[in-house]
Amino acid sequence: MSGPFLELKNLKISFPTDDGVVHSVDGLSFSLERGKTLGIVGESGSGKSVTSLGILGLHNKRNADVSGEIWLDGDELIRAEPERVRKLRGNKMAMIFQDPLSSMHPYYSVGHQIVEAYRVHHNVSKKVARKHAIDMLGKVGIPQPDRRVDDYPHQFSGGMRQRAMIAMALVNDPQLLIADEPTTALDVTVQAQILDLMHKLQEEFNSALIIITHDLGVVAELADDVLVMYGGKCIEYGTASTIFERPEHPYTWGLLGSMPRIDRPNLDRLVPIPGLPPSLINLPSGCAFHPRCAYEPRTAGLGKTVAPELVPAGGSKHLVRCHLPTEERQRIWLEEVKPKLEAQ
Amino acid sequence: MITYIIRRLFAAIVLLFIVSAATFAIFYLVPRLVGATPETLATRYVGRAATPETVGLIAHKLGFYDPIWVQYGRWVKAIFVGADYNIGTSVEHCPAPCFGYSFITHQPVWPDLLNRIPVTLSLAVGAAVLWVFFGVSTGVLSALRRGSLLDRTAMSFSLAGVSLPIFFTGMVGLLVFSYKLQWTAPGGTYTPFTENPGKWFYALLLPWCVLAVQFSAQYARLTRAGMLETLGEDYIRTARAKGLRERDVNVRHGLRAALTPLLTIFGLDFGLLIGGAVLTEAVFSLPGLGKYAYDAITNNDLPKVLGVTMMAAFFVVVANLIVDLLYAVVDPRVRLG
Amino acid sequence: MSSEHNVVTKSDKGAPLLSVQGLEKHFPITKGLLRRQVGAVRAVDGISFDVFKGETLGLVGESGCGKTTTGRLITRLIEPSGGEINFDGRNIAHLRQGQLRPLRKDMQMIFQDPFSSLNPRHTVGTIVGAPFRIQNVKTENGTKRAVQDLLKLVGLSPEHYNRYPHEFSGGQRQRIGIARTLALRPKLIVADEPVSALDVSIQAQVVNLLDDLQNEFDLTYVFIAHDLSVVRHISDRVAVMYLGKVVEIADRDTLYASPRHPYTVALMSAVPVPDPSRRDKAQRSRVLLQGDVPSPINPPSGCRFRTRCWKAQDICATQEPPLIARDGDPASHQTACHFPVVEGEDVAGRSPAGATA
Repeated sequence: MSGPFLELKNLKISFPTDDGVVHSVDGLSFSLERGKTLGIVGESGSGKSVTSLGILGLHNKRNADVSGEIWLDGDELIRAEPERVRKLRGNKMAMIFQDPLSSMHPYYSVGHQIVEAYRVHHNVSKKVARKHAIDMLGKVGIPQPDRRVDDYPHQFSGGMRQRAMIAMALVNDPQLLIADEPTTALDVTVQAQILDLMHKLQEEFNSALIIITHDLGVVAELADDVLVMYGGKCIEYGTASTIFERPEHPYTWGLLGSMPRIDRPNLDRLVPIPGLPPSLINLPSGCAFHPRCAYEPRTAGLGKTVAPELVPAGGSKHLVRCHLPTEERQRIWLEEVKPKLEAQ
Repeated sequence: MITYIIRRLFAAIVLLFIVSAATFAIFYLVPRLVGATPETLATRYVGRAATPETVGLIAHKLGFYDPIWVQYGRWVKAIFVGADYNIGTSVEHCPAPCFGYSFITHQPVWPDLLNRIPVTLSLAVGAAVLWVFFGVSTGVLSALRRGSLLDRTAMSFSLAGVSLPIFFTGMVGLLVFSYKLQWTAPGGTYTPFTENPGKWFYALLLPWCVLAVQFSAQYARLTRAGMLETLGEDYIRTARAKGLRERDVNVRHGLRAALTPLLTIFGLDFGLLIGGAVLTEAVFSLPGLGKYAYDAITNNDLPKVLGVTMMAAFFVVVANLIVDLLYAVVDPRVRLG
Repeated sequence: MSSEHNVVTKSDKGAPLLSVQGLEKHFPITKGLLRRQVGAVRAVDGISFDVFKGETLGLVGESGCGKTTTGRLITRLIEPSGGEINFDGRNIAHLRQGQLRPLRKDMQMIFQDPFSSLNPRHTVGTIVGAPFRIQNVKTENGTKRAVQDLLKLVGLSPEHYNRYPHEFSGGQRQRIGIARTLALRPKLIVADEPVSALDVSIQAQVVNLLDDLQNEFDLTYVFIAHDLSVVRHISDRVAVMYLGKVVEIADRDTLYASPRHPYTVALMSAVPVPDPSRRDKAQRSRVLLQGDVPSPINPPSGCRFRTRCWKAQDICATQEPPLIARDGDPASHQTACHFPVVEGEDVAGRSPAGATA
């Protein structure tokens, strides 16, 4: 079947609660090819983690309303039989989580858990599966894998534990790997090792990789394309170089301004985004970002009343959700925002 | 691990001594506080038609005039070497280990205890099997179908089970099932397993069920709470992400973790039950440790009370130790000592 | 730092506000029937540094380096096993709790987790007003007014006086914590990872706040963090810790421009740079350290970093390198290394142990 390997069309995920409906994901669309990496960037409440769980079908149908389409290599997942999706989970698509200590069962050895992941999808003996597990542990850079395979998660250091988790996710050669904040809980030198490992493994397996993070540095390291989420929607999308060199959304500008940069001369003050992230139950009217946007006054009231659509912007495959016209946005970036972010 | 066990055993022995001393003190000091004297105490041991001289003689022979620590010391010594009680007419011998000698029944306490343990154990083990099975499975189903009719019904029943005292459910059970419907044995018909397994089972069936109702209610609630908490953990999400069947996620990952705290509680409950199924054994007239304690207290027979208290304390301490050791086996993160 | 704020140089500093000498903290490990001590976790194993009034000293390192323990030692939340802590000229290393209490007016701490460092059963007013009550300090217009002024100072609304912590976001809770810390105008504030748990845009708000407060009240900070970028932004001088020791200490700009200790070099090259155009260059020139940090129970002999250092030689195992200024460096830049990295040296292309096939 031709078409991208993974494609999301207008994905919506909401949770009815006593306080109201939480619109975590509000019409998200993107596509991803094998061998490519998509970085999904956003802060708490942006909907990025909910999206990844949605792709894997991990939301409980009783508490979540999921609509839209998720196409994985020709299979649509939202309307598919749960059993069919279950067979793909951990097999064709896999996920690694943020905290490897709490994400692995404390009572079973690491080897046992990897063997379990393998035997769910392959009808083989424990012995054969164990060999696979040991191979995998070696592949992810754990020394003496034949000895460590029987150790428990708490007996590993943070970096080794995350490697073990990656081994568990990759044991079935998934074609799509989603990594949800995989290095946030790790030290920076360990993070560098893990990112290096993920990069090499992606090349080896030619898998599609989605990396979810709030760390723009990590995104710049790994991602080919970047999707910025805010209030459950994609507000900017483009290649990594576009997003970092010619961003066109005020929120992206804000994110770039909030980060102290080790590769640039020091700034007097950081340029944070004023205000707080929005409530997902009571999203602001019009553009969800407008209460915090310094450029809202230039939209002649549209920002407050009308929700903007995703429209093409300057770079190749560049999309932005903003009322300001493209020329205006590019001008603001070049003349107002960029100089503030760089050396004085 | 071995050093840990040694330390615990040592502490257990110290604890048992403290328990015995405390019980001893209570039963010696409390009567004296309300005006009893060695003579009035001795009257209980001599039967109705005793002269004051006999009473005084008995009191003397039994050491009631000695200070309390001497009497306690004598009791402790008897555990190791036995004791002889000379009360004039005859010498009553209490062989080692002597955990007391009842002057009312003229029997050493220890053999009584040994005879009664199998009865209480039968009761406790049978009830435990039932309550663990029903309680845990109800709890699991309730947790998985949280908020459903099944869940709410089960929790309401369990609330009733926890609230109704055993002498109520026991009596009602006897009335309905033993006398009216004649499905189960009436009270007082216990037969040892070795004699007649069928009758043994028949006699214990209702007491098992009554005890199980009470405990399974509690365990259903505990299991439900434990499961709900465990099911919210990150590793459950990972298990699903690996593509495990829901059943495997719930049992192999969820239940396994949720059962650990239940293990502690079960150990303690079981230990306590062996020492103190007093009400149940009283209601059903089962000749176990609980009934023994009940009879001993109502007859003011101190040596028996002391003996059965020690036995109960022993079981609680052992249960505690086993539970702690099991915890280290079950949860690899726990390192003892 | 902003241009109005003078970067303190050693010559015009005078006596340091805080001076730590040979500070040690060993946590004992016991085993056996009689609980004999068989070893110790040497969390902090002999560190010395000064902090001068009005400056910010950044303390960086990874897990297990001892920086958090150092923070707790400085504020005497725990007692050191050895060494001196001279605060305002007085050695507070072994003072008892009663003697320490009045000092707590002058020395405060901001904690990492905004969710657990505020008592959920106390109102904001109680939390921020507690220092006044505990230290028995009377204010001109009453405690309530002082608390409301503090809330305004940190960017919160004074009307929130009667609210509970759970009604606030992470960033706001951290501001409440900062308000509490400032209540008695302490001379020294130790901030232990104050922004790590916050979203990026909120981090920036809180960092700016800390900057502004320092300027306004001439505060002195010890800023403990693992995020090198944030530390660089806020610090005047930076100390790098590894396995209980300070391996390098220098003025901020000097350290980031020319790090000398191999660990510092590795640490800085590991930080992911948000610039895709430099991705390939960054990845090629990154120093990837082998393996894991050794255990603090049994640290390597001599230089502790030698087991992961690509420059290690025999002398590194036998002689622990002292923390001194190395060839050509100013006195303020001290490195604990026998073979510090020099300008133009090629450190690129190291790969981790067990690299993929």
